[in-house]
Amino acid sequence: MGKYYQPEIECASAEELRKIQSEKLVKQVKRVYENVAYYRRLMEEKGVRPEDIRSVEDLHKLPFLTKADLRDAYPYGLLGTDLKNCVRIQSTSGTTGRRVVAFYTQADVELWEDCCARAIMAAGGTQEDVCQVAYGYGLFTGGPGLNGGSHKVGCLTLPMSSGNTERQIQFIQDLQATILCCTPSYAAYIGETMNEMGIGPGENTLKAGIFGAEPWTEEMRRNIEASLGIKAYDIYGLTETTGPGVAFECQEQTGMHINEDHFLPEIIDPETGEALPEGSKGELVFTNLDKEGFPLIRYRTRDICILSRKQCSCGRTLIKMSKPMGRSDDMMIIRGVNVFPSQIETVLIREGYSVNYLIEVDRKNNVDTLDVSVELTPDQFTDTVKELTEKEKALANAMKTMLGINPRVHLVAPKSIARSEGKAVRVIDKRKLHD
Amino acid sequence: MSVKQIAVFIENKKGRLAEVTRYIADHNVNLRALSIADNQDFGILRIICEDPVAANGILREGGYITTVTDVLAAAISDKPGSLAQILEVLSEAGVMIEYTYAFLSAKGGAYMIFRVDDNQSAAAALAGAGIKTVDQEELF
Repeated sequence: MGKYYQPEIECASAEELRKIQSEKLVKQVKRVYENVAYYRRLMEEKGVRPEDIRSVEDLHKLPFLTKADLRDAYPYGLLGTDLKNCVRIQSTSGTTGRRVVAFYTQADVELWEDCCARAIMAAGGTQEDVCQVAYGYGLFTGGPGLNGGSHKVGCLTLPMSSGNTERQIQFIQDLQATILCCTPSYAAYIGETMNEMGIGPGENTLKAGIFGAEPWTEEMRRNIEASLGIKAYDIYGLTETTGPGVAFECQEQTGMHINEDHFLPEIIDPETGEALPEGSKGELVFTNLDKEGFPLIRYRTRDICILSRKQCSCGRTLIKMSKPMGRSDDMMIIRGVNVFPSQIETVLIREGYSVNYLIEVDRKNNVDTLDVSVELTPDQFTDTVKELTEKEKALANAMKTMLGINPRVHLVAPKSIARSEGKAVRVIDKRKLHD
Repeated sequence: MSVKQIAVFIENKKGRLAEVTRYIADHNVNLRALSIADNQDFGILRIICEDPVAANGILREGGYITTVTDVLAAAISDKPGSLAQILEVLSEAGVMIEYTYAFLSAKGGAYMIFRVDDNQSAAAALAGAGIKTVDQEELF
């Protein structure tokens, strides 16, 4: 409690934050206009000049950047400074064929690591801690980000990278790690493996985990907390903006504080692009207020969430974002209702099913249909059709409660839904074929 | 007095039943009895064979989802009314039947397989009415 890395920012008043943001925004827009021809052209097309931007109130006047812009401008088109001033790149996996390469100056690396340090201290980290970083190291931002943050806090850092679970567990035990940083799915796997090895939740020195880089649910949080005997904190970020540490959870676990002195957030209507008031659900947009190497302005994240400035018991005044509820490009509109695959996944986990599922949307006789195929697990199988049919119905009802529309659920054989190396194909929308 | 039945989950798609029976045959398992129940998505293949433990292991190794259930095998004589008599006995004893199917032993003699909610009371009621239920060894 009461431990902040940069209290003057993390606990600043709303007015102070606004003043800092406005000053930085004015300078950043001027710098980007001068240095980034690609964005200058977008501003000219919209008829906006740097002097039109005098405070955060004017943010909505600026053009958006999207993933398509990043692809068009690849690799140097959005560079904000001379390449000689850059010291590092990080990159996304590019599994969807849209690899992002982001550039960092030394100052960019410092501010990123500061953000990760804030996250580690919000999870209770101090220089007494042993911080095991089991995110991948390399082009992926997870390992380098938390590694840097851990150094800044002064933790003893174990730069494990991901994989080799037995070695991870050996280091947790032998070097008495107290904080674990990795993806939530890897944390769940480490927890299960430890339990299988006979190491119970109270038989390790871990006290906290900082997990992010992929969507996870409250159910997963509870499972990880139970198997490892820790408190599990969420962390948010994206390579385009900087990497992990754009936003982080405190002990209240009711959303993630955005490091808004560096990353100015907005919520917009994904259809119209109109900025929405605080508390609205919509697409999250970030403006990099300080970054020199890759200074994206009004970058559309595609993540759907809600921002809130409700007072937090941790003392931080930084605005909070909810866990992303889906991605605007994953959103399906079925019978007029917005449906996200993540909602279906939440129900499957809660009801004890495998998360190998396939959503098929179609239109029959002018009515949208939603079919969800779910792989059956051995312990759910019984010898009577009645019981299995009841399970299908119970699952369909649980989904109806979550989605507001009635799906048809089909139990299918294990491993019958195709696995993919990268991101799994979860949705087949056949309606597009008819239009 | 009960018999072990293996139930196998199969998707309701063309060729799936052929696939699983071919797999069973290739592993030298001789099916003695089977029944299939289905809905529009899936079917449940229920089989009786000589070594259910081994057969179940073979199926699971092949990636099939299975479950082993104790079912009753009641001897039935080859004359009108035998089945009706058994069903009446079970009904009077308050036993619920989930499903039933017929089965001929290699040694001769016909049996009805019953999946009921309570094997013990069903077997006791049948024994009380002079109807014999058999165990695994007696069937093969």
